Amino acid sequence: MMDYSQFLLMPQEIGLLLVFLLVFIYDTFMPERTQRHMPIFTVILFALYTIYCFCPVVSGEAFGGMFESNPATWVMKNILNVGVLLVLLQAVKWTNSDFVSVRRGEFYELILLTLFGMFLMISSRHFLLFVIGLETASLPIAALAAFEKRHYESHEAAAKYIFTAIFSSAIFLLGISFVYGMSGTLYFRDIATAVLGNHSALLIAALAFVIAGVGFKLSLVPFHLWTADVYQGAPTAVTSYLSVISKGAAAFSFLVILVQVFGSAYSQVWEWMLYALIVLTITLGNLFAMRQRNLKRFLAFSSISQAGYIMLGVIAVNVMGMSSMIYYVLVYIFSNLAAFGVIAAIERQTGRVTMDDYNGLFKTNPWLAFTMMLAMFSLGGIPPFAGFFSKFFIFVGACNQGSVAIYVLVLIALVNTIISLYYYLLVVKAMFLRQDDCVIPTIQSHWTERLGLILCVLGVIFIGLVSCIYTAINGSVDAINSMFAAIQ
Amino acid sequence: MEIFNNILIYFVIVPLLTLGGLAVCRNQGIKAIRTVAVIGASVLVVLAAMLVKIFLDARAGGDTSEMILRSDVLWYAPFNVHLSLGVDGVSVVMILLSAFIVFAGVFASWKMNPLPRQFFMWFFLLSTGVFGFFISIDLFTMFMFYEVALIPMYLLIGVWGSGNKNYSAMKLTLMLMGGSAFLMLGLIGIYFHSAPAGQPLTMNILEIAHNNAIPHSWQYLLFPLTFVGFGVLGAMFPFHTWSPDGHASAPTAVSMLHAGVLMKLGGYGCFRIAIYLMPFAANELAWIFLLLTGASIVYGALSACVQTDLKYINAYSSVSHCGMVLFAILMFNTTAMTGAVLQMLSHGLMTALFFALIGMIYGRTHTRDIRDMGGMMHIMPYLGVGYVIAGLASLGLPGLSGFAAEMTIFFGSFQHTDTFHRVLTIMATTSIVVTAVYILRVVAKLLFGEVQDEHHRTLTDASWEERLSTATLIVAVAAIGCFPNFFINIISSSFEPVVKALQAALPMI
Repeated sequence: MMDYSQFLLMPQEIGLLLVFLLVFIYDTFMPERTQRHMPIFTVILFALYTIYCFCPVVSGEAFGGMFESNPATWVMKNILNVGVLLVLLQAVKWTNSDFVSVRRGEFYELILLTLFGMFLMISSRHFLLFVIGLETASLPIAALAAFEKRHYESHEAAAKYIFTAIFSSAIFLLGISFVYGMSGTLYFRDIATAVLGNHSALLIAALAFVIAGVGFKLSLVPFHLWTADVYQGAPTAVTSYLSVISKGAAAFSFLVILVQVFGSAYSQVWEWMLYALIVLTITLGNLFAMRQRNLKRFLAFSSISQAGYIMLGVIAVNVMGMSSMIYYVLVYIFSNLAAFGVIAAIERQTGRVTMDDYNGLFKTNPWLAFTMMLAMFSLGGIPPFAGFFSKFFIFVGACNQGSVAIYVLVLIALVNTIISLYYYLLVVKAMFLRQDDCVIPTIQSHWTERLGLILCVLGVIFIGLVSCIYTAINGSVDAINSMFAAIQ
Repeated sequence: MEIFNNILIYFVIVPLLTLGGLAVCRNQGIKAIRTVAVIGASVLVVLAAMLVKIFLDARAGGDTSEMILRSDVLWYAPFNVHLSLGVDGVSVVMILLSAFIVFAGVFASWKMNPLPRQFFMWFFLLSTGVFGFFISIDLFTMFMFYEVALIPMYLLIGVWGSGNKNYSAMKLTLMLMGGSAFLMLGLIGIYFHSAPAGQPLTMNILEIAHNNAIPHSWQYLLFPLTFVGFGVLGAMFPFHTWSPDGHASAPTAVSMLHAGVLMKLGGYGCFRIAIYLMPFAANELAWIFLLLTGASIVYGALSACVQTDLKYINAYSSVSHCGMVLFAILMFNTTAMTGAVLQMLSHGLMTALFFALIGMIYGRTHTRDIRDMGGMMHIMPYLGVGYVIAGLASLGLPGLSGFAAEMTIFFGSFQHTDTFHRVLTIMATTSIVVTAVYILRVVAKLLFGEVQDEHHRTLTDASWEERLSTATLIVAVAAIGCFPNFFINIISSSFEPVVKALQAALPMI
């Protein structure tokens, strides 16, 4: 006899499914003339759902320990919800445009479904459920990437994405099968007990495969090769979804897996793997970003290097590092979505996305230029914007681990911050300092786009200055601090 | 909120309100913009004067605590970050200096074009950072305000600058931010060793200094990081290269504020954070930085001799004078440190005066190359006399600010009895002679030489707002020169804790 009260532990997932069903019903059964209101309907519905999710949840395990709900997962899911809300808001006008509107229902349904998959990834405490979540979260994105079907690049992006997604899943599953061979179980907790004190070659291989598999999703160097092309080819709404939400979810679940399952192998095995990956990711991402002229490619490489910074919170393996990482993702969502929001608004009306097109933008579109500048400053870690706080906290979190090696890592990251500041300033320079004959004309953005951008700007300005957000995250992570006890 | 009873917080609130006021005059004319800016700057000067009064009263009333006007608001509990306010004598005079230069800077950029509103908005954001840095005694907020003061420079130079401005703006921003990257690591390191084991970590400077818990091995690592981090902004050789390019390209008021105040952030930070918190490493490693700052002093002065662009001359002269500030701080005795603070004041006002005058001359002649100018004393006597006064202050004429400062510095430096310090001091003293060379060279060529361009004969002398801007600074320069005791009185009590910490950290022999 199944205990149905377990479902009470997953109000966020069930609410999300409800939203999905309502959107699906609207899409399928509502008359054609009301269809163009569907985006707004979805946004409002999702906004209500997001607010509802802020009600605290009960902690506990469901389905024999496969699914866990605790304050930390609650915070992570809420952050993803906020991000998705912004993405949906910015996409309203685009989904009503000529070539996209016939399939706008699919866009929203697929986004909501992938989000559901990400929730499963975050909450799963069993590799089977995790892989289900992973696949649910990956495969529909390929369909989303191919959404602009009259564009060749969009197809290319979808093909690239699906091949890498499958390939990375295969590698990940290989790693899991090694783990299963060693421990005979797929429960996180049981594996952790089984591999305690075991640093055999098989475990190292398993860890390498697991890290590589998730590394693809996070686009850590050297698993980043798909990122730039997919980001450039996919529609901007999808790119922004891919770059913040998908990455954030992968980072959250990555941390849980590494700490909960392989915590005992930290200092012996995966600290050094992750160390090398972080150095490579931050540095190469930055070096490639410097040369980009297409802003979507540019943000792709910038997001690669940002992923390296996010990983600093993982390598810290302590409460401070984990809460800083969650906070970093939150800030990153707001900053990156501000940048993508501007790019999307301009691209939708003029189709121009290179950095040279933005020359002199300040003269014609002061507010868009201002928003873009705030986004760049925040990404570059300039106070008083939120990016400064998140960078500082994640460095403090990493240094809290204590070893000199981590201090060196933070120094490398800091030097890279300067490199990244250079290319973020290039965008500011184009908008404010340069002149051009064919400046982008003044753009009348839709109110949804403007609302999305205003929310992002408010977030970028206030998330840092208002300390209660970080304190709340820290409090909820602190509730599960026993997780870090296994670290050796 | 109890913090709003503290006068210090208004040094941050007033610039922000001015910024907000400017933001709302979108469709008003230039007059409204100027009015808002002048009101903001005047209020700051009045506040600064009140602060000096409060400080003197407190000291006269027998308040001997290290920092007065303390307020504390918890900000980020997980990191124990507070918004912690407090000032001692050094911060008080620095705030006074900043308020003066902001005031003069507003008048110096009276005819700013294009986009005056945006210019003043960035200008006041920069001021917010500067004041915030001087009033806070919490490492995190200090660092935050420090960076707030740096980034507006990029747009101020890039948009409103002249010459090779894109290059200069990028170079300046990246070098200063590079310095602050080292600084950030240093501060994080300090934070994690701020308290003995078992006690909560803190970011409060006074508590860290009181705990004195940073292990010696870590001090060896953290002292260079923080000192170099601040030293970059203090134009320490070999990290000074942003300074000539940046100053040459920046608009007048920005050069004033940057040379006058921002570079002082470097010296102040070295004093307040690097030396005060890590006295052991400061004693051990001072010789390296003494050599570097000694090099700054001589190299800056010699470089100024061969430049022909007025702004470059002045920028290299700043490298030399700011080198002297760091040099004196590293002498670790009360006399030299008093001289260092006096030199900060003196250099701040004098350089601001220089840059204001250069900007005014450039606005008329459209050249800054001294080879293309001459005989300006007859054409614009007011500006000419102002330039001579600034020059004489720079080369240390008694009665003007430079003399009081440099005299104290070298007097204090020579108190060390060992050969190393004495030889260095003597070498640094030579810069006084070199300074005279490049100042008199410019004065002779620019003011008294032949008129090079007949067109220059038609130029007019300073307008009223230019006179006001320069007169404020000239009066201040003369005031420091004539009444140094007033300032020494304010600052003298501030060095005792630092010098004590340094002596306590000396190895027992």
